[in-house]
Amino acid sequence: MSDSIIVDTAARIFADLCEPQIVNAAEEGTWPEALWAALEESGLTLTWVPDALGGAGADIADGFAVLRVAGRYAAPVPLAETLLAGWLLAHAKITAPGGPMTLAPVYEDGHIELSGHTLRGRARHVPFASRARHIAVLAYQAGIPSVALVATDGLAISPGTSLAGEPRDTVSFDGAAALAVGAAPDLGTLSLVRLGAAARAQQMAGALERILDQSVQWSLDRVQFGRPIAKFQAVQHNLATLAGEVAAAGAAADAAAEAIALHGLGSELVAAEVAVAKLRVGEAAGAGAAIAHQVHGAMGFTYEHSLHHATRRLWAWREEFGNETHWATQLGHMVAARGADQLWPFLTQGS
Amino acid sequence: MAYNFHFDPVDLPPECKELRQEVRAFLRAEIDAGTFSPDGRRGDNARAFARKVGARGWIGMTWPKQYGGHERTHLERYVVTEEMLAHRAPTRSYSTADRQSGPVILRYGQEAVKANILPRIASGELCFCIGLSEPNSGSDVFAASTRATKVDGGWLVNGRKIWTSNAHNSDYMIALLRTSPKTKENHRHGLTQFLIDCKSPGITIRPIINLTGQHEFNEIFFDDAFVPDLHLIGEVDMAWKQASDELAYERSGPDRWLETFPALVELVRRAGPEPSERLAEGIGREVAHLATLRRMSASVAGMLQAGKTPAVEAAVVKDLGTNWEQALPNKVRLLAPPTGDSTPDSNDDRFEEALRMTTLIAPKLTIQGGTREVLRGIIARGLGLR
Repeated sequence: MSDSIIVDTAARIFADLCEPQIVNAAEEGTWPEALWAALEESGLTLTWVPDALGGAGADIADGFAVLRVAGRYAAPVPLAETLLAGWLLAHAKITAPGGPMTLAPVYEDGHIELSGHTLRGRARHVPFASRARHIAVLAYQAGIPSVALVATDGLAISPGTSLAGEPRDTVSFDGAAALAVGAAPDLGTLSLVRLGAAARAQQMAGALERILDQSVQWSLDRVQFGRPIAKFQAVQHNLATLAGEVAAAGAAADAAAEAIALHGLGSELVAAEVAVAKLRVGEAAGAGAAIAHQVHGAMGFTYEHSLHHATRRLWAWREEFGNETHWATQLGHMVAARGADQLWPFLTQGS
Repeated sequence: MAYNFHFDPVDLPPECKELRQEVRAFLRAEIDAGTFSPDGRRGDNARAFARKVGARGWIGMTWPKQYGGHERTHLERYVVTEEMLAHRAPTRSYSTADRQSGPVILRYGQEAVKANILPRIASGELCFCIGLSEPNSGSDVFAASTRATKVDGGWLVNGRKIWTSNAHNSDYMIALLRTSPKTKENHRHGLTQFLIDCKSPGITIRPIINLTGQHEFNEIFFDDAFVPDLHLIGEVDMAWKQASDELAYERSGPDRWLETFPALVELVRRAGPEPSERLAEGIGREVAHLATLRRMSASVAGMLQAGKTPAVEAAVVKDLGTNWEQALPNKVRLLAPPTGDSTPDSNDDRFEEALRMTTLIAPKLTIQGGTREVLRGIIARGLGLR
């Protein structure tokens, strides 16, 4: 579905410039300048922005595929956020600026007011706000959804972190002036949260692939009782279970990405696929991370070992853009409203 | 190095969507005509149903026309299979032959057998069973000791097979029999596949009643039962080479995640259009698992169609699918709103029946066709751990 050249480019950049020490340094406050510069130079940061608005004009599927790779490498940069911000700006025909971006709000009940070019409101847990140069804000102007491009210079940002050590900041927009504003009447926080959830599902699927690789490799290398622990059946069965969860997560994340690429964000089919993806991937994240840590023993519990780059992100990401309970409840209501005899047609509606 | 298994994206072509509607219309008509009922409460005639399905061209769908097949795709076959299962159609008379026995005969059978047997499977006439397990050979398939001894014009079979589903209704069995001792180098050596006429002299079938009270599986005694040379399938002593493909077909189909589906359907009915948040959440979680399993299962069908042999991926689907469907009835039980005296229009009776049925069959789901432990061993081998 996606362009393999774009994915190969991303994989090469991350392999070269996103080594574990870069991820650790980022947590300690060192911005991975070389990594970000390479991503920007290759056009990957504006994958979801059309040519006419200064972007790469790639398919939505390409962006999802790139995020999968980014998740594999625990990339400590706002790539997903910049893609989402670019997508928002494109909806309002606003040319995307360079540099890292993020978006607000990130909750379905988030609400920011716009009056002319002046904003009012507050958003919590804005990812990488303290690292971004601009924020794409979904704001309401007299009840009509609009997108406002805001520079972070001069905004009141109170820093916080996710449990993966990534910036999750509280941003006050009160009195801030937008650099550009555009109406986006067909947009809503619901669509934004859906796309965000699908993006996180891809990153999580990538992180799960990473912990499977690390766990299998560790089990082959680590010798106990005179043989690699991979030779113990209990360990083999744990890893087989992990591989199943990783496969399920990848399939669920791909289903949502494909549905969005085919149908946009408005349909009930897409709503269901996104709910399935974020929920199933979230469950796989919990179960998978637990197995990966069990296989790694005490070594995986150290800061020195890089297992936590993926596992801490999995724990943080499963909470963002709706956790398992949120999406399960939505999905359950969707199914119940249609009734028992429509359950099978509902499951097969896309295919 | 990357160890994750790859599941190709699924894109069911338009002909599959049309076919799905065709199958649904057929099943609706059969239900209306009283051939079977989706809640399993009405008796059914599986033989007659098989002939109707055969007449529609929905058995042996992927086989060559020369042998009564229809040269359709694995994806089309997938759609038919899942519609049948989702509606609980009585497929037991043809499903084993369609899924496993037919493809084995097609691939390894002798020409005369292919020409004689395959068209009769495709028409829904023949019912098959699989003779693998023995009293001392369950998961350890290659320990089989039931012997086939060469005689003039054929083979004499002696020994015992057990847990053979549907043998009492079957016309033929494909059996794995010992023709030579295993060798030091290869403990899988020495077994051969044969086509056996279940009505041959020297074969005695004894029912084994399972814990649901049903007669599904059997114990089969072979006492100098004669099998003609023509019924030899593949190479003598080399069945181990033929076994793995066969299992890939068996392992990942919709029958590995739809067995307890009625419990979920009836829970949704009990829940009504506006369930509590707790109940909605519970339903949502199970639906997400089901939707994901369905995609993975269809993906394996697509990979088969593309000429790949996704044996480990199929094992992953079966492991995930059977564990999920096995755990489902208990989750449904605990989620269900409490019942009191039924109101006439409630589905309390149907719900309880579905829960009873699925709870009772749950234990077998992670045993039949390869236990959970065997599957995880296969997946671990796929990961390079053994």
